[in-house]
Amino acid sequence: MPLSGYLIGVAALLLLTLAALLPRPIRAGTVVIYGGSLGVTAVLFASALWQLLSGADWMALSLPLGIPWLGANFRLDALSAFILAVVDFGAVAASFYALGYGRHEHEPERVLPFYPAFLAAMNLVVLADDAFVFLLSWEMMSLSSWALVMSHHQVPGNARAGFVYIVMASIGTFALLLAFGLMAGDVGDYAFSTMRAHASERTVTGVVLALALFGAGSKAGLAPFHVWLPLAHPAAPSHVSALMSGVMTKVAVYGFLRIVFDILGAPAWWWGLPVLAVGAITAVIGALLGLTQNDLKRVLAYSTIENIGVIFIALGLSLAFRAHGYGAAAALALTAALFHVLNHSLFKSLLFFGSGALLTATGERSLARLGGLLNRMPMTGLFMLVGCVAISALPPFNGFVSEWLAFQAILLSPVLSSWALKLMIPAVGAMLALAAALAAAAYVRVFGIAFLGRPRSDAARNAVEVDRFSLIAMGTLGVLCLLTGVLPGLVIDALGPLVSQLIGTAMANQSQLGWLAIAPIAESRSSYDGLLVFLFITTSALMAAAIIHRFASDVSRIAPPWDCGFPDPDSATQYTPESFAQPVRRVFSGLGFAASETVDMPRPGDQRPARFELRLKDLVWDYGYQPVVSTVFTIADILNRLQFLTIRQYLSLVFAALVFLLLALAIWT
Amino acid sequence: MGGLYFDIAHLFAGGLVLISFILLYQDRLYALLNVFALQAFVLALSVAWQAYVQDAPHLYITAGITIAFKAIAIPVALHRMVSRLGVHREVETVVRLVPTMLAGIALVALSMVVMLRVTGSADPLAREDLAFALSVVLLGMLMMVTRSNAVSQVVGFMSLENGLILAATGAKGMPLVVEISVAFSILIALIVIGIFLFRIRERFDSVDLQVLDDYRGESR
Repeated sequence: MPLSGYLIGVAALLLLTLAALLPRPIRAGTVVIYGGSLGVTAVLFASALWQLLSGADWMALSLPLGIPWLGANFRLDALSAFILAVVDFGAVAASFYALGYGRHEHEPERVLPFYPAFLAAMNLVVLADDAFVFLLSWEMMSLSSWALVMSHHQVPGNARAGFVYIVMASIGTFALLLAFGLMAGDVGDYAFSTMRAHASERTVTGVVLALALFGAGSKAGLAPFHVWLPLAHPAAPSHVSALMSGVMTKVAVYGFLRIVFDILGAPAWWWGLPVLAVGAITAVIGALLGLTQNDLKRVLAYSTIENIGVIFIALGLSLAFRAHGYGAAAALALTAALFHVLNHSLFKSLLFFGSGALLTATGERSLARLGGLLNRMPMTGLFMLVGCVAISALPPFNGFVSEWLAFQAILLSPVLSSWALKLMIPAVGAMLALAAALAAAAYVRVFGIAFLGRPRSDAARNAVEVDRFSLIAMGTLGVLCLLTGVLPGLVIDALGPLVSQLIGTAMANQSQLGWLAIAPIAESRSSYDGLLVFLFITTSALMAAAIIHRFASDVSRIAPPWDCGFPDPDSATQYTPESFAQPVRRVFSGLGFAASETVDMPRPGDQRPARFELRLKDLVWDYGYQPVVSTVFTIADILNRLQFLTIRQYLSLVFAALVFLLLALAIWT
Repeated sequence: MGGLYFDIAHLFAGGLVLISFILLYQDRLYALLNVFALQAFVLALSVAWQAYVQDAPHLYITAGITIAFKAIAIPVALHRMVSRLGVHREVETVVRLVPTMLAGIALVALSMVVMLRVTGSADPLAREDLAFALSVVLLGMLMMVTRSNAVSQVVGFMSLENGLILAATGAKGMPLVVEISVAFSILIALIVIGIFLFRIRERFDSVDLQVLDDYRGESR
């Protein structure tokens, strides 16, 4: 499909936005908008995928829109084709899911118009080939997703979430604007091609790197700019949460890749340091805080932060290796990052769909009120299990492969000559391992509390399985999680062209290895065979099940007379989400979050119940944002006095400014 | 261009600055208006001289407009306003006259330094003109800032505008249409300000802007 075809697709999505504004019966609107988005994004996905796999030539297109001397430039290269495929596949899945889920929406007119606009904006960001189009569509993406976050604005907390989100998004876009301004430099041309051509003359690359890390990183959820994410992502309807977490953060990663890997030019040796540090801290913070949340969608949002941290760790490794001239290792790290981009978009969408299904079935987001759902919603439970296993990086699913590749890259770090990197990367590796372990614990907790045990509320007791659209969407994603995990070689080979576009070299072709195995560096050093692992796990699990059934189930059992095996029918005696997280909370209470537990025990004879109170907070609020906020307020208070001057004082101000400037001119020329 | 042309242009421009100082020194409203009329008249002479020197006939129109509006129409209108307003005829100052004059001298020095240094490569006549014009503008602003009576603020504003005209005619090639539109905008500003003066007077029995501030409940 020519590039204009993609733009027509985007235009079609925008038309759907307009169509959603027309008054019409609500049911038909849901079907038309989600169906239309499904169709358009399916076409876009198919052609982007074909573009990527066939290795077709890059395409560029310039339209006479926007700024007169610049026009609107679009380009589709291997990198944009890959991200476009990820975006549009996520959109296809979300639209299909929403065909069923969207029916439960109370106020669809608040969601429908912004949904296709959001999709169109994400497509445009990826296709943009100049700073103007990029920033415009980036801001459109922020605004439309903000509108979607605010669609349930009556729910307490959502208005604040929207506010925090819009503030962070605006500051982030501003940082990107400055970054592009610095990259355009003296040339002043905002087309990416011109910026790329003048990469070698640039002097302020460090500032650009910091701005890109802040601008794109705040959208992706990098610490310490992550605070909006766990507020905003859960506030949106679930299919939009899936898009924001699974897809929009990937568009942010794309923005970082495009700026730092593509336009900014050859990396300096220290570029990897800040990226690695921020990525590692993000991964640990996301995993830690995710483990202590009770709201299911918040757990997922924090886990997005953790996964973005993993991606940025791999990107930082890639920068470090590339700067030191180790092309193959850089390609390995970048492949790990991109593979994780793909994986996270798959399983995070799946998990958010699952949380939406639970929300539909029970009306509850709080883990403390779920439980025992595996019997009532077996298919949702199965797919959620797949998602949880995949995101916990357990073989044979896909999460394992990308994190394993990242670890392989970390193990290569001793070759680096810089001592700072030599010392830092093992620490980063340890933090990555810690984050992975904590994430696994978090998902054991999610699945165990929500699906196993006994129901903790009537809503969970009376839950029924969700509609077929949702199940098919989740099932497809689950199968893909398994497939990309079992056949990672195909994915790595497909990523080859864009890795070599960004780094210059790509990982060796994996398809010639036998048994669909992958070997990141050399077969003698380490290799992984998803298919074999899958077959082994399946057969051994089946055998174990058969043995247990054969030898255990048939044995007659004697039940204890006083029911000690199943002591109390009250569901409150089970593990609660808080109690499950308690060990980790205690260990990290001072470091990660100021957890304070107070027990209020009544005196003997007093009949009131004992109270246990637990307070958690993200320390970034106290130490990162509170000083900034209070400074801004102080300045605002001082400036506020300027609002109440007399006419003569205003005139005097103008006069004083004029005289001051003249004096400056007199002194400095 | 001979030395005489330059000297005469210099004389008029310097005269404008001198009259700006006289404006600053006045403590009676009627006298203030008369001096303002005199400034406008000298400005008209200066513009006419520029028209003669630059051989630019359209500047005669500017000079005519200046005489008609600024030297006659506006002072007369302000005279009638003051007498109809019936306010007492003293100029209320915020800063006393002597410091104001000293500040004015400093401002003239400043504008000389800035203009002569910045416009090093320009035509000497234009340089001097611009320096004087900037002085007149700054003195007009100083007047607006240091007077609390609304009428004297209006006069300060008008004299500031005189400085702008001086600058504009000194630099060659300013289109006539711009000058005419500036002149008319000044006239309209006068009408608007006049209406406001009467409204303020109606409400507070004074045109001292201090009353406005008091009304807003502010203390200085």
